[in-house]
Amino acid sequence: MKQKLVPYSIIVIFFVIFVVFYKSLEDTNIYTPEVKINNDIPIFSAERLLSNETLDSKEIFQLDKFYILNIWSSWCAPCRDEHSILMDLSKSNKFIVIGMNYKDNKKNAKSFLDELGNPYEKIIIDKNGTKSIEWGAFGVPETFIIYNNKIIKKYIGPLNQELFLEIQNLTK
Amino acid sequence: MKTFKTLIIIFHLLFFNNLYANENSERNEITKNLRCLICQGQSVYDSDSDFANSMKILVDKKLNEGLSDKEIYSYFKEKYGDWILYDPGLNKNTYLLWLLPILIFLFGGAIIVKSFIFKK
Amino acid sequence: MIYSVVGHYSLILGLCIGLILVYFSIQNFRNFNQLDNKILSFSFLQLFFVVVSFLALVISFIISDFSNETVFNNSHTTKPLFYKISGTWGNHEGSLLLWLLVLTLFIFIFLLRTKNQPIKYKILTLVFQQVIIIGFFLFLILTSNPFNYLFPVPNEGLGLNPILQDPALAIHPPILYLGYVGSSIIFSSALAATTLKMVSTNWAIHIKKWVLISWIFLTLGILLGSIWAYYELGWGGFWFWDPVENVSLMPWLALTTLLHCILVLERKETLTSWVIILSIATFTLSMCGTFLVRSGILNSVHTFANDPERGLFILIFLFTLIFLSLLIFFVFHKPSQNNQANFFWLSKETSILINNWFMMYFLSVVLIGTVYPIFLDVISSQKISVGPPFYHKLIIPFLIPFLLMMAIGPKLKWIKSDLKDKIYLFSLLVISVLISFFIVKNFNANVLVNTILISAALYLFFITLRDFFIKKYKNLAQNIAHFGFSLLILSILFNNLFSSEIITNLKVGETYNGSKTKIVFESINQKKQKNYNSIIANFSITNSEGINNNLSPELRIYNQPKITTSEADIKTTLMKDKFIVINLVQNQDYFNVRYQVKPFMLWIWLSVMIISLGGLISLLKKRT
Repeated sequence: MKQKLVPYSIIVIFFVIFVVFYKSLEDTNIYTPEVKINNDIPIFSAERLLSNETLDSKEIFQLDKFYILNIWSSWCAPCRDEHSILMDLSKSNKFIVIGMNYKDNKKNAKSFLDELGNPYEKIIIDKNGTKSIEWGAFGVPETFIIYNNKIIKKYIGPLNQELFLEIQNLTK
Repeated sequence: MKTFKTLIIIFHLLFFNNLYANENSERNEITKNLRCLICQGQSVYDSDSDFANSMKILVDKKLNEGLSDKEIYSYFKEKYGDWILYDPGLNKNTYLLWLLPILIFLFGGAIIVKSFIFKK
Repeated sequence: MIYSVVGHYSLILGLCIGLILVYFSIQNFRNFNQLDNKILSFSFLQLFFVVVSFLALVISFIISDFSNETVFNNSHTTKPLFYKISGTWGNHEGSLLLWLLVLTLFIFIFLLRTKNQPIKYKILTLVFQQVIIIGFFLFLILTSNPFNYLFPVPNEGLGLNPILQDPALAIHPPILYLGYVGSSIIFSSALAATTLKMVSTNWAIHIKKWVLISWIFLTLGILLGSIWAYYELGWGGFWFWDPVENVSLMPWLALTTLLHCILVLERKETLTSWVIILSIATFTLSMCGTFLVRSGILNSVHTFANDPERGLFILIFLFTLIFLSLLIFFVFHKPSQNNQANFFWLSKETSILINNWFMMYFLSVVLIGTVYPIFLDVISSQKISVGPPFYHKLIIPFLIPFLLMMAIGPKLKWIKSDLKDKIYLFSLLVISVLISFFIVKNFNANVLVNTILISAALYLFFITLRDFFIKKYKNLAQNIAHFGFSLLILSILFNNLFSSEIITNLKVGETYNGSKTKIVFESINQKKQKNYNSIIANFSITNSEGINNNLSPELRIYNQPKITTSEADIKTTLMKDKFIVINLVQNQDYFNVRYQVKPFMLWIWLSVMIISLGGLISLLKKRT
């Protein structure tokens, strides 16, 4: 009987391994960092794009409103795609749209806005990309919804019609 | 013959003292341990992507602020999850990961010793 | 278009022949007199159809026949001819066709060249191999057909990733597959031998050359992959413990252990269980590797197709093979009762046993490290990464006793030994430690671990070197292979300790003045090539001894697909490599420049070749 123990337990082990691998096939392996909800926003200060002022995060997010922070660049193709959605969001008086210009060149950024419109109440500059990392972003475009100095939602990738409706529902 | 060979090796190695001008080595160590999130399987140290370069600057900044490497790791873990670290560390998720090979080693050793004891 | 049709039907015909082969073998298993020639002819026919199919795909690539979906997805009219051809196996479907080619080739050669073995054994080996072959035929035809028809026919293809357009990478798959897939023969014949209860010295002698062939190709295949990574990927590294790299290392570890066990089995009837299990394990690990890489559950630089449906097929196929092997092992194998240590503890058998122990430990480290994140994710939805720090921490400490055993083991006699040359052995050990300590202290590295590790490697180095000169050609193969291994460890260690790097941003015309190195960014040339635009940056680098080098790294901007790659310029000399690479910085007029000095790189490659040379010598040696 004891002799049989080894073979049977080995077969059981392999069966378990099979099941695990089988289940793992159903999973996607594209990893997106857990969207940590209800985290405080980072504290920082940054230069503005359209003027020479330097702003504090406290000043940017001080009002009791929903803020949308959108990280964008003039060289980023999906940012062009989502720009019209940002224009629509900026028209609503429920949101204040803040832009963070990522690793860009001032001239190119300004022409981008001249061409497609400027939905941002304020635009700050993240020249070397470190501020985006403070927010937990890792690329462009990414968008954060902020209320009461807390991040309540994060979107990786360009916004679209569906997400636009979702954002609108947040304020109800 | 042996001593001659030994001397040659030492001689050659002495030529290498012009080499390791390695400033930044602590930052390098840290960035080697961080995963570049937009690359497929490269560390921040190895990658030249935008994200990796920003990470390097940020790591430098944190080092200048006086954070230790453990604190820097926690900082990034908090933002991006455990996945960003290449060293899986020792926590409730990874006990088995570290222990299993060691157990296998001990188990193998036990079998070998047993096969000699049994002979008697 | 005709080629695709030919290729497709050739595959189907090949499958039919494969099925016929199995049918004949089983039908006539007891009455096998006529069978020998018939089987040989049919296996040749099977091989023939697969060759035709493979050639059809190659030709389709060469003529850029975009009505073939695989060619469309992976080629482009502007690709140079050499890369059009190698593009055949640089994709999922084509590489599977290559698998099939090697599988059918090896069984044919096996049947052709195996003379002094019982026919039943040959037939049974064929049957097991056919199980694998038919599985692959079905996999190809049902889920990964290289001959899918596209209509309307596109004018241009989607192009191959430019990173894959490199000579080392072009021949890396065929060589690697000869190793990987070659182990299928060992698998099949081990199962056949177990069933017929003929796992013995005689069988070991016969199978040894197959083990060696597979091992040599696998070693060289892995080497080519590392060389490619070093030259192409632009970060100056050659091994990253990436899952796909690990997946090629695991069969190698099993195969090396198997080789050592065969070396014992060919002299005395012992370690039979080890041999059978390792034979099964090597090929199983190869298949497992195929599964992990192609199913999309692993995240890596190299992953092929991310297709769970294909993953499912391979998973079921793989586990069928595993369960089949386990069944055969437990039902048919009776370990000989005398197996238990009929040798003294200080003997060559023991040292091989200890070798097995350590190698299995290393294998388990690599296996667990690669596969654990998958398990954790499935069981608790947590995602972690397991990278170089894990492997280094678990492997390096154990390398030390391992290296020492490699030095002493071969000196022990069979069955019982007392160490001769004790004085020499001891004094060499002392010298190794002293040298190592001197090196480490002088260069301020992490003292303890490095000293001990370098000592152990140096010790093996000196012992094997001494043996080479004193014992001349006795055990030459093992001597050279172990010497190569010591050289490999030493080269990697020194490379690690003494590499240096400068990272800076420079505009054209600017100079970087470091404490020991001056880098002058002299100029830029822009050129237009066949399928990319090139920016070549010219640097002049002077080190503290006044030696000047001109290096010109390149940026290549491809049009199809739109990718920019960075080509390092590497100056290789015997003692060190000088490595420089540049990168564009988003929206700026300066470049990011990375300059590294890496000692002993060439020796890393050479030492692996020396290890393979040991294998080759063993293969060519006539048995006395």
